[in-house]
Amino acid sequence: MINKIASSLSEAVAPITDGSSVMITGFGDSGLPRELIDALIEQGASDLTIISNNAGTERVGLARLLELGRVRKIVCSYPKSSGSVVFTELYRAGRIELELVPQGTLLERMRAAGAGLGPFFTPTGYGTTIADGKEQRVVDGKGYVLEQPLAADFALVKAYHADRWGNLTYRLAARGFGPVMCMAAKTTIAQVDDIVPLGSIAPEAVVTPGIFVSRVVRKDAQNGRS
Amino acid sequence: MAAAKKLSRDRVAQLTAQDIAAGSYINIGLGIPTLVPKYLDPKKEVVLHSENGILGLEGLQPGLPGDEDLINASKQHVQLILGASIVDQSLSFAMMRGGHLDATILGAFQVAMNGDIASWSTGAKDDIPGIGGAMDLVAGSRRVVVVMEHLARGGAPKLMKACSYPLTGLGVVTNIYTDMAIIDVDPARGFVVRGIAEGLSREELQAATDAPLLYADDVAVLTEH
Repeated sequence: MINKIASSLSEAVAPITDGSSVMITGFGDSGLPRELIDALIEQGASDLTIISNNAGTERVGLARLLELGRVRKIVCSYPKSSGSVVFTELYRAGRIELELVPQGTLLERMRAAGAGLGPFFTPTGYGTTIADGKEQRVVDGKGYVLEQPLAADFALVKAYHADRWGNLTYRLAARGFGPVMCMAAKTTIAQVDDIVPLGSIAPEAVVTPGIFVSRVVRKDAQNGRS
Repeated sequence: MAAAKKLSRDRVAQLTAQDIAAGSYINIGLGIPTLVPKYLDPKKEVVLHSENGILGLEGLQPGLPGDEDLINASKQHVQLILGASIVDQSLSFAMMRGGHLDATILGAFQVAMNGDIASWSTGAKDDIPGIGGAMDLVAGSRRVVVVMEHLARGGAPKLMKACSYPLTGLGVVTNIYTDMAIIDVDPARGFVVRGIAEGLSREELQAATDAPLLYADDVAVLTEH
C-alpha cells in the first residue's frame, strides 16, 4: 500500500541532512510552507543551499533559518523585498552566497530538471551581466542565453489537499512554484491543510500527481521531537 | 514655479491607462505602474496579469480583509475578476516570455535611447539586487512601457544616451511615461517626444534628459486635469 503520509512535521523533514539543497515554495508570504520551514529550523540541518523566490522577511521562517547561520547559499530572483533585513545584513557582511536568477529562468531551470531536459536557450537576460560566462547565441535575429537545469535534494511545498498517494491540489495563487518544485526535487515534502481519502480529489482536479511527491503532512500535525 | 511643471504620479498613471487598448492582456510592475489599474475603464476589459500566476485581477475592495494566497507582484492583496484563471508560475512566465502579453508596464532606474532598460541594480557594492520577473517581462512582452519619474532622486537624468547601470534588457522599451513627458522609443532615431507637461519648455525637458530628444509632428500638451 502506498502511504506517503507523515505523522508529524518533524518526521516529514527528518531526512534533510547537512549540505542539502532545499527548494521552498512561496512568492512573498503567498504559498510559503511556514510550518515545514519551522520544522526545518527545529530539525537542525545546516550548510544548506536554499532555492526560493525570495530570501525571507522579518526574523521568522526563512529569515530565521538564515539568521541562525544554517544557510550557505541562496538561489533566488528577488532578495530585496521590504523587510528582508536578515538577508541584507548577511549579504553585506559577506556571510551568505547569492546566486541571483531571473524568476522565469529559475522556474524553467527547475522545470527542465524535472522534465528530463538538458540546458536550454532563453531570451531572458541576453546581453546582460546575468549571461556573463554563459554561451549566448543569436537565432533568427534574436539573442538567447544557455541556462542549466536546476535540481535539488528536497522541496518543501505548501499545497492545499493531499491523499495518501501524494496527489496535490493548491489553494488560489499559493500554487506558484509548487508544481515545478515538486518535479525538480529528489524528495518532495508537501504540507497541506487536509488529507483526504484516496479518490476524493477528482482526477482532472489533481494539479501535482503523487508520482512527484514523496511525503505529505498536515500543517498542524504535531511537531513532536524525534 | 518649477514644481507646477511636473505631472502628479496619478496623472502619469492615468495618461498611461488611456493609451492601453481595449481587450489587452497587460502586466503591472512596481512603483507608479501600481496606480495604472484604477484609471482603466472597466468597459475596455483590460485583463491584468500577475507573475505569481493570476490572470484577471483587480485591487481589493476597501474594507475586505484580503487573502494571503491572492497577492500581486507588489505583494498587495488583490481579488479575482469574473473570467479569472490561476496557473502555476512556470505557465505564468510562459505567458510573459512567450509573447502572449500585449504590454508590460514597469518602472526603471534608466532607459537608453536605443531601448535598453536598467531596473534591477545600481551596481553599487552594498546594493541588494533584485530581478524578480523583470528580465522575463521585457524579453517577451509585445510592448514594454516604462512609467517613472523623469529624474532620479537627487536630480540625475534617467533617460540616457546609454545606461550606466546593469541592464535588464537590450533594445526592448517601446514607450516611456514620465512626470514631464510621453516619449516613444524609435529603434532607428531614439527618443521621440509626443507629449510634454504644460508649462515645460523643450529646453527644460532637454536639460532634464541625457539623450537628445526628437519631437513628433504632433506634440500634445499634458495638463494635470
